[in-house]
Amino acid sequence: MKKIIITTLLLLSFYGNAHSAAEELRDDNSAGVHEEVLQNGLKVFAIKDPNAPLAVFQIWYDAGSINEQVGKTGLSHLLEHMMFKGTPKYGAKVFSKIIQRAGGVDNAGTSKDFVYYYQKLAPDRLHLSIELEADRMRNLIMEPEEFLSERDVVMEERRMRYDDDPQNLVYEEVLSAAFKNHPYRWPVIGWMEDLKTVTRDDLWAYYKTRYSPNNAFIIVAGNIDVVSILEKIRKEFGSITRGTEIPAMNINEPEQRGERRVYVKKEAELPYVMSAYKTPNILNDDSYALDVLAGVLSGGKSARIYRSLIDEQRIALSAGAGYSNLDKFPFLFYLYGTALPGKKIEDVENALYAEVGKIKEAPPTELEIMKAKNQIESDFIMNQDSIFYQAMILAEFEMLGDWRLKDRYIEGIRKVSPEDVQRVAKKYIVEDQRTVGILIPVKREVKNEN
Amino acid sequence: MRKIIFIALILCVSLLIISPSSFALDVKRKMLENGLTLMIVERHNLPVVKVSVGISAGSLYEPETKAGLADLVANMLNEGTKNRTAQQISGEIEFVGGSVGASGGEDYITVSLSVLKKDLNLGFDLLSDIILNPVFPEDELKKKIERTKAGLIAQEEDPGFIASRDFKKAIFGSHPYGRLAAGSAQTLDHITRDDLISFHSGYYAPNNAVMAVVGDVTPEEAEAMINKYFAQWKNRKIAPPSLQSIVMQTEQKIITVDKDLTQATIILGHLGVSRDNPDYYVLSVMNYILGGGGFGSRLMQNIREDKGLVYDIHSFFEPDKYSGSFQVGLQTKNESANTAIEEVLREIEKIRKEPVSDMELSDAQSFLTGSFPMKIETSSRIAGFLVAVEYYGLGLDYIDNYPNFINSVTKEEVLRVANKYLHPDNYTLVVVAKEKEAAVKKRFDK
Repeated sequence: MKKIIITTLLLLSFYGNAHSAAEELRDDNSAGVHEEVLQNGLKVFAIKDPNAPLAVFQIWYDAGSINEQVGKTGLSHLLEHMMFKGTPKYGAKVFSKIIQRAGGVDNAGTSKDFVYYYQKLAPDRLHLSIELEADRMRNLIMEPEEFLSERDVVMEERRMRYDDDPQNLVYEEVLSAAFKNHPYRWPVIGWMEDLKTVTRDDLWAYYKTRYSPNNAFIIVAGNIDVVSILEKIRKEFGSITRGTEIPAMNINEPEQRGERRVYVKKEAELPYVMSAYKTPNILNDDSYALDVLAGVLSGGKSARIYRSLIDEQRIALSAGAGYSNLDKFPFLFYLYGTALPGKKIEDVENALYAEVGKIKEAPPTELEIMKAKNQIESDFIMNQDSIFYQAMILAEFEMLGDWRLKDRYIEGIRKVSPEDVQRVAKKYIVEDQRTVGILIPVKREVKNEN
Repeated sequence: MRKIIFIALILCVSLLIISPSSFALDVKRKMLENGLTLMIVERHNLPVVKVSVGISAGSLYEPETKAGLADLVANMLNEGTKNRTAQQISGEIEFVGGSVGASGGEDYITVSLSVLKKDLNLGFDLLSDIILNPVFPEDELKKKIERTKAGLIAQEEDPGFIASRDFKKAIFGSHPYGRLAAGSAQTLDHITRDDLISFHSGYYAPNNAVMAVVGDVTPEEAEAMINKYFAQWKNRKIAPPSLQSIVMQTEQKIITVDKDLTQATIILGHLGVSRDNPDYYVLSVMNYILGGGGFGSRLMQNIREDKGLVYDIHSFFEPDKYSGSFQVGLQTKNESANTAIEEVLREIEKIRKEPVSDMELSDAQSFLTGSFPMKIETSSRIAGFLVAVEYYGLGLDYIDNYPNFINSVTKEEVLRVANKYLHPDNYTLVVVAKEKEAAVKKRFDK
């Protein structure tokens, strides 16, 4: 269930076939990661996995929606789309075709904090990735006409993902009510009103500022020959000049004093509630206990929310908890639920609070804690089967400051006690700190010729 | 100047592609005494084991009046057995961070197990318990039906769901492929616990099943597990489904659904082919060029890249055991629905009339053969893939033959199958949109 919320944060350009990669999972074993920094500031990581039938190339830029300005939201994601439009060297709109012709797939994603591009290929064809990515880091064409057409495409994407999806609209409203100052308050895809007015020159300036070797890093993983791959990367990327240093952001969110509540009225079938609480990210030690709390509440059918709301009380069709801990700045812990037909959404909301309330009164059992920890560890091991995921998780921690932080993650989880879980529930999951969004289904007469 | 560089690049890519690609999956396959087909792939990269069991007990086998029965049986497997309550099953498997359960389907249902190697015994114990001994407790069944009905209501919020449901109903009629595997509120009300018990005892047999075990396990270990936990699984005679024939439509059928949406969700298509159709591989090449190849496809190039009308547009042949469908799917703002539909029809017409280019053909072949390893990247994917290969009778050598099937396709054959299997006159069109704005035409002429 955790996955559902988190994936809505990450917008993939084309088909979203890599969505699962956005879930949170970490490594406790750093063996086999080769790291190097080129003279122009570009960091490179290589992970050798001889079992992988493929190789993956990823390049990450520190250029997500938090780097945008009011009135220009959605720029980062729109630029991600434009990155496939070609360079003088290779011509227009051929990037994906070249990769596909080599039997590979490519895609990209933008989040609040970053944008990344990737290709999956046979290991002996990675040189294509390296040549193409090095070229488009600085040499994009960005024709004004192409820009206008792609802006229309992104508007269609927005209609599909948000404007016609009632639950995602609630999510969008909750975020923009929860944060007053922080750029986390606007959607990654941008407001439709901004998409209509953003210009090619806005995009161009943003590209020129942020797409530089010292604002990016590369990860290559799979059954690769590390030495020759690194040599190729040095050759293609090494000559790119360093960009202007961008100072780190320092954004603070003013303290919330009391619950915030928003409503969305929209043609829909069932009411839905999302209750979000500001919580720290993984750089804070409380994060581990919050993760375990999410597991105790929502880690499967034997966890508290499923058992109570869905199985015993029979008031919810779906319900759960989620915690987003890998964001650059403190983000949110959520409770959410969809009412069964005929059931009241207030009852679902209150039942979610009651489950947190029970944990505040008495810490969860040792068995529950152990189960949540086992689930986190087992997920971690199983996800290693995908080299894409191995690269992804390294990158997400690197974006937080240092990829080695991932090694501390499982260790941190193992130390969590029932009392820790109770303590963080009391500290963070409190009424005055929450923002609640409710979907009120509006019905209208429809004509159905079917 | 640009063109020259471009051609040079293609040459160099083509050379690479000649290098033999090796998909090499070392599959141990055998038929056990009770009729169970077992496939084992050893992968020792992680201490993890994934199991997929495909059982020919999908919605093909249920009566129309009890639509949803096959799915219910599958979804109820882990809701109580002779030995465990629903809570015990979820509690035991979730405690070790694994998962066990089943999902329904039309041709076959799939029971899956995912465990760490150290929990293999527990995993097989649970897997066999839910397959062999489910008791379908009355109260759990009631809850499951209630949630299934609620889920059907919730899905009405999803225009893609509505379009797909109405499309299948239109092309398959009252054949099981034409209805939702989940059933409907009405049919679900007709299903009793006895129906579940008899459906389970009728079809959940080893000689009606395929099991793939993939991961950190040797064939000896896997077989020992199966001997220990599946010993009492006895084969029995299986009644074949009685299915009515599926008839190709002979005219345009336009279905519109009015909803307060900003976008029109559109499906255009008709009957396709079954998985064992010998033209299947030529069709995959043809479809890659038409609308299956992402940015390499004509539909994407025309309707997204050139016209900016859609975020996504794709086409596919969905092959099932007894038939299949061909579909083009897209979403565009209400106002551009007619334009997008006309462009789709134009592209379908074009690929039927003119041969594809040499480059389109070789691009499609390079991608389809070169990307094959991605289908079998992880243990879970391998397990699911092997079950499908066995169920559809593709043969394990299919993995080795696949590149030859694809590479031997010619332009003439692409033209032939486009003519034979695409029907720009007789199709079903479903549009879910705000009707006033979309104003879908009553008829589309070429």
